[in-house]
Amino acid sequence: MQLLEPLEKDRSNLIKAIQMVQAEKGFISTQAIKEISDHFGIPVVEVEGVLSFYAQFKRSKPGKYKIAVCDGTACHIKGSSRVKNWLVEELKIDDGETTEDGLFSMETVACLGCCSLAPVVSINGKVYGNLNRKKLLKIIKDYRNRGDN
Amino acid sequence: MIKRIKVGMASCGIAAGASEVKKFLQQNIDDENIEIIEVGCIGHCYAEPLVEVETEKTSIFFDQVEPTEEYLEKILSVDKNSAMTFRDERVSREKLKVTRLAGRIDPVSFDEYIEHGGYQSLEKARKMQPEEIIKEVKTSGLRGRGGGGFPTGLKWSFLAAKEAEKKILICNADEGDPGAFMDRSMMESVPHQVLEGMLIAALATGATELFIYARAEYPLAVKNINKAIDQIYEHKVNVFDDRVIDITVKEGAGAFVCGEETAMIHSLEGNRGNPRFRPPYPTDEGYKGYPTLINNVESFSNVPIVIKEGGKKYAELGTENSKGTKLFALAGDLKYAGLVEVPMGLTIGEVVYDIGGAQRGEVKAVQIGGPSGGCIPAEHFDVPIDYDSLESLGAIMGSGGLIVIGSNRCMVETARYFLEFTTKESCGKCTFCRIGTKRMLETLEKITKGEGSMDDIEFLEDLGPKVIEASLCGLGQTAPNPVLSTLRYFKDEYLAHVKDKHCPALQCNDLVDIFLDQETCIECRQCIKNCPVDAISDDFVVDNDICTRCNTCVEVCPVDAISRVKRGEKNG
Repeated sequence: MQLLEPLEKDRSNLIKAIQMVQAEKGFISTQAIKEISDHFGIPVVEVEGVLSFYAQFKRSKPGKYKIAVCDGTACHIKGSSRVKNWLVEELKIDDGETTEDGLFSMETVACLGCCSLAPVVSINGKVYGNLNRKKLLKIIKDYRNRGDN
Repeated sequence: MIKRIKVGMASCGIAAGASEVKKFLQQNIDDENIEIIEVGCIGHCYAEPLVEVETEKTSIFFDQVEPTEEYLEKILSVDKNSAMTFRDERVSREKLKVTRLAGRIDPVSFDEYIEHGGYQSLEKARKMQPEEIIKEVKTSGLRGRGGGGFPTGLKWSFLAAKEAEKKILICNADEGDPGAFMDRSMMESVPHQVLEGMLIAALATGATELFIYARAEYPLAVKNINKAIDQIYEHKVNVFDDRVIDITVKEGAGAFVCGEETAMIHSLEGNRGNPRFRPPYPTDEGYKGYPTLINNVESFSNVPIVIKEGGKKYAELGTENSKGTKLFALAGDLKYAGLVEVPMGLTIGEVVYDIGGAQRGEVKAVQIGGPSGGCIPAEHFDVPIDYDSLESLGAIMGSGGLIVIGSNRCMVETARYFLEFTTKESCGKCTFCRIGTKRMLETLEKITKGEGSMDDIEFLEDLGPKVIEASLCGLGQTAPNPVLSTLRYFKDEYLAHVKDKHCPALQCNDLVDIFLDQETCIECRQCIKNCPVDAISDDFVVDNDICTRCNTCVEVCPVDAISRVKRGEKNG
């Protein structure tokens, strides 16, 4: 894989390699696993074993807008399970799934580190805090209006 | 004359809207003499977005700034009447040492760090013998700030004593505790201070290869620390005599267990992050077999202070066995959430009530130390914060997450939450951690659903200590703490769930009904309009069979006519 060319073929770079592929493609395809294993000269199962260990790595294509629902302690006690339910109702997808139109995907994450703004979600890395249902639905609507552009 | 305008742009500031504020200021201030810069976090997160205006003589802060003409006017006229007031309750109790520069300087300006005395401790350390440096760290009484509390100087002496072709030093920046953000803030706000501490450690121990294992969820921290690393290469700060000390940032990939030393080493090597049996300890056999030392971000950030002041002076602050200060990420049910730095020995109450502004009588407990820690009830808030006192209460210092739990929260649910987290994060190597935590979680779920029995409580009390006993690493050894500590202090809540099928905090959805009081109701129909599942009828009755307890109606009702009540109590 061309993307991995500059990366030294040392095993300690394996996680970095998977991260680079995911940053580029959004997820790790079966083909990508094969190419990573070729790059390092290690069995496919070794690559699969490492990537399945870490929560960061996705095996399926995420949505255009990736929603991370923070379920850190502060968010949890401030009602993050409700936040998640609002999204489940609105988007008709569950944790780890992508909407049919490919626009949104959602996952629960441990902590985004913005505890003072709890409850928070992030969408493609941008954090939205002090959420209530109305505010959240408006944010989703704004993204939906942006659509595919 | 305004010299500089600083906008607080750490993650939390950005989340609160600091980017928009900065953009607005840039677009609307066309005075070339005024510099607008980004700074990190001063710890007063509740006040974000924060803008500091620096003039020749003074500097003032504005809180909760909006990108409007009104605020622009206030800022440009340095309007003291609109300035933020720093509450004396907090200022008088805090002791800003580690975070002295956080939010005050441009995090990625090498020159500014130097202007504020940066890298002077490293210069001092260069002139010292390695043994002398270690002696100062030992004298300071500094203990690991990542949770374990192991004496830092002692750990260093183990690595220093090793003869090896290569020695490795790792900065643990894998801040995985949900609810903790001390390390993120330090890396975002004063990355050079972390690096200075690491370089001093390298001098003292003879380490030649340095790694920072950072959480991938912290993009800004990684960005800032990488910029700072480029700068020290450029200024040759990392050259000792003629050898260059290499520093590399490695990003984690989302596994809580990698905060454990041996798991982190495996992860750095490109493997699954499973911990292994110790001994051999990393200082004997670590990364790729080389002797390896691991300290966390906050520990390293303390090192320049220890060297600057000298160990003896450093040790003057704190209690007998816990020296210096501790950073806490203060959040939850309180008024002033943020990052605080307090001297060891301050009481929990002072942090929660005085600094945090939580209301006395409305706080049930604090959760300290995250999923590895425990809950401490309000009646013990007079206990000083130090490693030993917290441990005697069944909690731990932990890395610094401090969540205030209000009286309206359910402790059984809180325990369930933490256990759900550790169950998910268990790497699966040890049977008791893998299956034991799962069984405990299922039992807690049963209890929060009102299906529990007295046997279940006994089962938890029996299995908890066994999981602690039979797990290899810190994750399993501490996973039952949130359950055991809530069982210790809040057993009555467990009993209420089991015996009366009642959640006293009215939080557990399965034990709660939604009740609409028609006497108070003004028939504004807000609840009917907003209910996502149409559970409220046109004559204002909630159908609890349809209702998902999402609480939307409770929140939108303008006259508080809708409330959560004990299941079957009113609607039944």
